Amino acid sequence: MLGVFWKDVRSELRTRYALNALIMFVVTTLSIILFSMAGETVGIDVLAGILWVVIFFSAMSGLSRTFVNEEERGTVMTLHLLTTPSAVFFGKLLVNLVLVLFLNVLIVVLYLLLINGFVVQSYDVFVLTLLLGSFGLASAATIIAAIVAKAHTKGTLYPVLSFPILLPLLMTVMNGTKLATAGASIAEAGGEFRILISYAVVVTSASYLLFDFVWKD
Amino acid sequence: MDVHLQARNLRKEFGQRLVFRNLSFSVEVGNVIVVAGRNGAGKSTLLKIVAGLLTPTEGEVRLFVNGRKVSLEREKHMIGFVAPYLQLYDEFTGIENMELGAKLRGKAFDRDRAEELLRYVGLESRFEDPVGTYSSGMKQRLKYAFAILYSPPVLVLDEPSSNLDQEGTEIVRGILLEQRSRGVALIATNEPGEKQLGDILIDLDHKNGS
Repeated sequence: MLGVFWKDVRSELRTRYALNALIMFVVTTLSIILFSMAGETVGIDVLAGILWVVIFFSAMSGLSRTFVNEEERGTVMTLHLLTTPSAVFFGKLLVNLVLVLFLNVLIVVLYLLLINGFVVQSYDVFVLTLLLGSFGLASAATIIAAIVAKAHTKGTLYPVLSFPILLPLLMTVMNGTKLATAGASIAEAGGEFRILISYAVVVTSASYLLFDFVWKD
Repeated sequence: MDVHLQARNLRKEFGQRLVFRNLSFSVEVGNVIVVAGRNGAGKSTLLKIVAGLLTPTEGEVRLFVNGRKVSLEREKHMIGFVAPYLQLYDEFTGIENMELGAKLRGKAFDRDRAEELLRYVGLESRFEDPVGTYSSGMKQRLKYAFAILYSPPVLVLDEPSSNLDQEGTEIVRGILLEQRSRGVALIATNEPGEKQLGDILIDLDHKNGS
């Protein structure tokens, strides 16, 4: 698993193939939001939703690369030859998790700095929502990326397949973020955290069980 | 080392298309199987099944080393595979690809052994360069070094001399000779010269074994 993880990390640091595109996507998207909101007062609930819209589409533009890249370069067979499906799955999941966490930290920092009116009152609730949401996002995105990588229309299929699967997660993290902006305590946000933990466990387990069928011909 | 590779009643279908059926063979250490047939007969398919890259529709492949049944799913270092369509990682150097192969197989990386193999296949002056800068022949040579890093008991070669010059072809013959001393090899080819490298012929056009 760690072999797959470090391979992807080293490859990405060497080629910067996904990172540059993702950073530009985040900067561009936030700039457009900023310009479109200029002078307007937007409700904090809407701002919480917009935050997760940015996070969702950033993930959609980047997380599929872990598998699509291997298919496009023809290195899927090499991975088949060298390592087990579970090592590939968990290695890629770890890559996507690190990528999602990096992106989300970047997005959140820029969002807090640039977007007026988005004020977090309970940082513990906010950080926990972000962490659990990131894990659920990475988990779902990884198995969907593995499925989509074998399709012909990868680009459109990825967000189309991801949205219904991620909808419960997105609704929960938006609620969690709203609670964080309203100053809720960890106990008050407990329901959201239980949902996020359950989502992550269910999706990761189901993905692990399904991955063999997706990975093998 | 006692090596016994066995395939029993292999059948492979892709959707409605039958590639082959009722294919069985058995090979012991020191022997080389040549798989021949027209384009589309299923040579590469058979080799991929033996290498664990494809699952047969029916039948199984079993490998015994020193009397112990090997799990081809888990013991990836037991199979070496070379094919023109196998891709290594262009952004890494030759030696880095070798190291990657070791780590992904879950084995310790012996850099000295890797460098020795890279010298043997004629890449001594280029193994610190990214594979993306290699010619197709150099990539093929690297694949051989990659495949035999852990002296696998089974070596599977699809079109073994593909993209290779005369010197490269001689290297392949040397590798096959050494492979006979420690295990078995399967070669898929239509080249008359390469067919002579084997002891057992599986002609997928006629599905004979001799």
